[in-house]
Amino acid sequence: MSATQDTTLNETLFDKIGGAPAVEAAVDIFYRKVLMDYRINRFFENTDMDTQRAKQKAFLTMAFGGPNNYTGTDMRNAHARFIKMGLDDSHFDAVMENLGATLEELDVPQELIAEVAAIAESTRNDVLNR
Amino acid sequence: MRSLDNAPPASAQAGLKDTLQQQNYFPACLCRPEQNMTVQMPNQQGIWIQANVVKKQWLSPDILRLVLEYETKFNFFVGQLINLKRPDGLIRSYSIANIPHHENILEFHIRRLPDGQFSTWAHDELEIGMELTISQAQGSCHYLPGRAEQPLLLAGTGSGLAPLWGIVTDALVKGHSGPIHLFHGSRDPDGLYLRDEMREMAMEFENFRYTPCLSGDTAAADYARGRAYEVALSSAQSLKGWRVYLCGHPEMVKQTRKMVYLKGASMNDIYADAFHVNPAEK
Repeated sequence: MSATQDTTLNETLFDKIGGAPAVEAAVDIFYRKVLMDYRINRFFENTDMDTQRAKQKAFLTMAFGGPNNYTGTDMRNAHARFIKMGLDDSHFDAVMENLGATLEELDVPQELIAEVAAIAESTRNDVLNR
Repeated sequence: MRSLDNAPPASAQAGLKDTLQQQNYFPACLCRPEQNMTVQMPNQQGIWIQANVVKKQWLSPDILRLVLEYETKFNFFVGQLINLKRPDGLIRSYSIANIPHHENILEFHIRRLPDGQFSTWAHDELEIGMELTISQAQGSCHYLPGRAEQPLLLAGTGSGLAPLWGIVTDALVKGHSGPIHLFHGSRDPDGLYLRDEMREMAMEFENFRYTPCLSGDTAAADYARGRAYEVALSSAQSLKGWRVYLCGHPEMVKQTRKMVYLKGASMNDIYADAFHVNPAEK
């Protein structure tokens, strides 16, 4: 899971984190943390677990610097009804916190966690429809 | 899609549930075929197979063990679903309760439902020797060998015992060495059918444990009190590393799946089969 000592310069963030298997390991921990977090779990009450997990896999793949087709539109559409339920920065912060804790649990080095956090952070305005 | 003969390339199956990989399913958009494959769309009805009723036995007042002998050999895993078609075309899905057998035999447990068109007919009118048509097997709730030390938790209600009992048998036959805990629930003792067989199996296999659960008012020795899913969930502090099988009432399966996951089981290790009941048509 953690980056090896002899990382080459052209290795991508996605490679350094561990690629698709890392996403697979992370999504289980991340989604569990989200469902157990009282600050945000009401937004996930009525979602189908398989669909939700697939979406989180796509999100984590993107945040890990992996192959993606992220445009922001899907993110806006998917969260529009939650804005009406009161979704705001505090909830986005909570998700970011869970993401960081997930990566720490998987022993991802701090500098890589910071890179992932920066990519995830870049979706904030799409999620909150600003 | 699904390949009916040659396996798709491993790269085309990445991230897919292991039981679906085993059955040669793959997303078409990821697949660069490396050899010829005969493919089928998921859930596309393949060929129908002729089968005859060879045995009817009541395991409890409302549970019928129906044994069919089929003509054309086909592959299946115990725990998968098969559509049974009545001569007039009415179709219902039932779980396979037996492991593949050289005699081309299939066993199903059919619970009599109030106003259940198919179940009432199967209980009252279907006779030994009568012919039914059956589909090929579908579904991903079944046992796969590998990780033989992994602890297994199985929980179900009513005729949900059929696939679970089958999966336990399959696991034991294939040499599963980790602990196997089966929780079967019913409102009253009558619904806990096959309990003598389960208890005998638990005596024979050291790693198999059977817990019958009663959720109704009857208090009886030798039974756990409460719903099978709740008893199962409270039996372990953490389910991290466990493989879990859930069969029965849809809402119960859905809730329990979430609870099992929150208790630490990986989503990839949870196999569930919700028994949907067709609304009665009058």
